Amino acid sequence: MSAATAEALPQRRKPIKVGKVVSRALFYLLIVIILGYILFPFYWAARTSFMPDADIYLTPVQYWPKNFTVQHYINAFSEPTFVRSIANSAIVGVSATLISILIGASAAYALARFNFLGRNVALYLILAMSMFPGISILGSLYTVLQRFHLYNTLYALIIVYLTFALPLMVWIMQSFFRGMPRDLEEAAYVDGASQFQTFWRIMIPLAAPGLATVGILTIMGCWQEYLFALSFLLSSSKWTVPLAIANTGANQASAFQIPWGDQMAETLVVMLPLIAAVLILQRRIISGLTAGAVKG
Amino acid sequence: MSTQPPTPAAVTDAAARAAPARGKHRSLEASSARFAYFMLAPALLCLALVAFYPMVNTVLTSFTDSTFGQNTTKFVGMDNYTKLVQDPAFRTSIWTSLRFTIITVVFEFILGLIIALVVNSSFSGRGAVRAAMLIPWALITVISAAMWKLMYNQIYGVFNDLLVNKLHVLAINQDFLGNPVTALPAVAAIDIWKTTPFIALLLLAGLQLIPSDVYEAADVDGAGKIRTFFSITLPLLMPSILVAVVIRALDALRVFDLFYVLFGQRPDTTTMSIYVQEQIIYFGKVGYGSAVSVALLLIIAVFIAIYVVMTRWSAARS
Repeated sequence: MSAATAEALPQRRKPIKVGKVVSRALFYLLIVIILGYILFPFYWAARTSFMPDADIYLTPVQYWPKNFTVQHYINAFSEPTFVRSIANSAIVGVSATLISILIGASAAYALARFNFLGRNVALYLILAMSMFPGISILGSLYTVLQRFHLYNTLYALIIVYLTFALPLMVWIMQSFFRGMPRDLEEAAYVDGASQFQTFWRIMIPLAAPGLATVGILTIMGCWQEYLFALSFLLSSSKWTVPLAIANTGANQASAFQIPWGDQMAETLVVMLPLIAAVLILQRRIISGLTAGAVKG
Repeated sequence: MSTQPPTPAAVTDAAARAAPARGKHRSLEASSARFAYFMLAPALLCLALVAFYPMVNTVLTSFTDSTFGQNTTKFVGMDNYTKLVQDPAFRTSIWTSLRFTIITVVFEFILGLIIALVVNSSFSGRGAVRAAMLIPWALITVISAAMWKLMYNQIYGVFNDLLVNKLHVLAINQDFLGNPVTALPAVAAIDIWKTTPFIALLLLAGLQLIPSDVYEAADVDGAGKIRTFFSITLPLLMPSILVAVVIRALDALRVFDLFYVLFGQRPDTTTMSIYVQEQIIYFGKVGYGSAVSVALLLIIAVFIAIYVVMTRWSAARS
C-alpha cells in the first residue's frame, strides 16, 4: 500500500488519508480472516469438549455451549488406554530422539568437518532415505519384526522411527556444525585434546541449540506417526496417542454414536502441551524447519 | 511430518568448502579420515539395518509370492507386476493420490503465498500471528481428522449449519465425507488447513531473504505493486517455492493417516499407501504388496528427480 501512496500527488491529500485508512482496515480484516481460518477448528473442538453429550447432537447447532460440563475430561483421564497411550508416545518419542542424537550427531559432525572417501555418497544416501516413504518398507519391516519377536512391542516403534529421525538429525546437524567457527576445535587440538574429546566435550555442548531444535522436530514426528503404529502395535495397552484417540469409543456398545465429547477432550489434553511447546520454542522450530529449505 | 532435506546443490557446494588443504598434513588427514569413518559408522550401520536392508528386501520380495502365514515362498518373476498393471483397484488408488496431491499442493501454495505476503509486512501483533500459524502444523494429523469429521457431520455439523441455515448456500444438509463426489475435496480441505500455515512459514523465510534494496530500486524506477510482485518477488522467491511445493507433493503422494481415519478401506478413497497397507497387513499378501510399494517408490522417485533437476537449475541460475 505504501508504494501506491508514495506515487500519488501531494495536493490530493485528503483522499489519500481515507484510502490509507480503508486499506489498513482491509489489511487487518485479512489478518482476522487468516486467524479465524487457522483457529476456528480449535474453538469448535474446545466447545464440543465442554458440552453435555445430549447437546452435541442437538440441532440447531449451539455456537456457544448452553450447559457447561467437565465430564468429558474426567472420562478422558479415567480411560486407561488413553492415559497409557500418552506414556507410550512419550517413551517412544524420547527414546528415538536420544538414540538419534547419540549416533546421528556424531555422523553429522563427521560429514560437516572431515573430508574422506565416500563422503558425498553417504550424504546422498541419507538424503534419499529421508525422502522415500515409510510405506515402501512396511512389508519388509513387518516380516523382520515378526522374526525377531518385536511385533507388538514399543521397541519395534523406536527402531522403526529411526528411519526418519536419523536422516533428519544428520541433515540439520551437519548444516549446524558447518556454521560453527573452527577456532575452538583448533584451540582444543593445540591443548592436546583428541578428536573425540573435542567433539564430545566442546562441540556437543556448543551445538545444544541445534540438538534441541532437531529434538523437538523428532519428538513431534514420533508423536504424529500413525502408519507404523497402526501396523505394528496390536494390543491397546501398547497404543500411542494417535491410535488411542482414533479408537476412542470403538469398544463402546453404541458404535453409531461417536463419543465426540470424550474425543475432543482427549484432543485438547494432548494438544495443550504441544501448543505450549510450540509457542515457547517457535523461533527454534521455524529456524529448524527452514534450515534446509531456503539455502538453495 | 515434513522434513526438509537441504538441496543437493548445497551438498556438493559444502563438500568443496569442507575439503582441507591437500598435502600439508598427510598423517593428520589419514587419521582424520579414520576418525570420520568411526563417527559415521553407527549411523550408517543403523540406517542400513532399518532402512536400506528393508528397501532392498522389498524389491526382492516383489518378485515372489510371499504370503504371511505361508511357509513356502517361490520366485514368480514379473507376475506381480503384470497383475499390478491390470489391477483396476491399484489404478484407482494412483488416481486418488494424484488428485489429492494436485488439489492440496495448488491450494496450499496459493493460500500459503498470500498468507506469507500478508505476514511479511509489518503490523502490530505480527509475532502472535506467526506463532498461531505453527499450531495446526504441530497438531497430530489423526486428531485434525477427528476435529473436522465432527464439523462435517451431516446432522449436527457446523458446516452444514452455516451453509444451510445461516448462509443459505445449500438447500439441504450434505454428507460431505460420505458422498463420493465431495469426499476427496473434503479431505483435501483438512490437509490444506493443516499445512498451508507451514508452507506460508517456508515462503516467509524465503521472502525475508530478498534484500530490501531491490524493492527500493524498483520503487525508484516507478514499478507498481503488481509489476514488482511478478518481476521481483516471484522470481527471487522461486527456490523457496520449488522446495516447498516438491516437499509437499512428496508428502501428499504418500498420504495415509487422514484417509485411513476418515474412511477406513472404502474403495473410492483408497490412496496408494492405503492400498499397500491393506494388501500387506490385512491380506498378508507381502509379495504383491511389495510390488505395489515398488511402484509407489518409482512414482515418488520421478518427483525427487524433478526436484533435484529443478534445484540444480535454480542454483545454476543464481
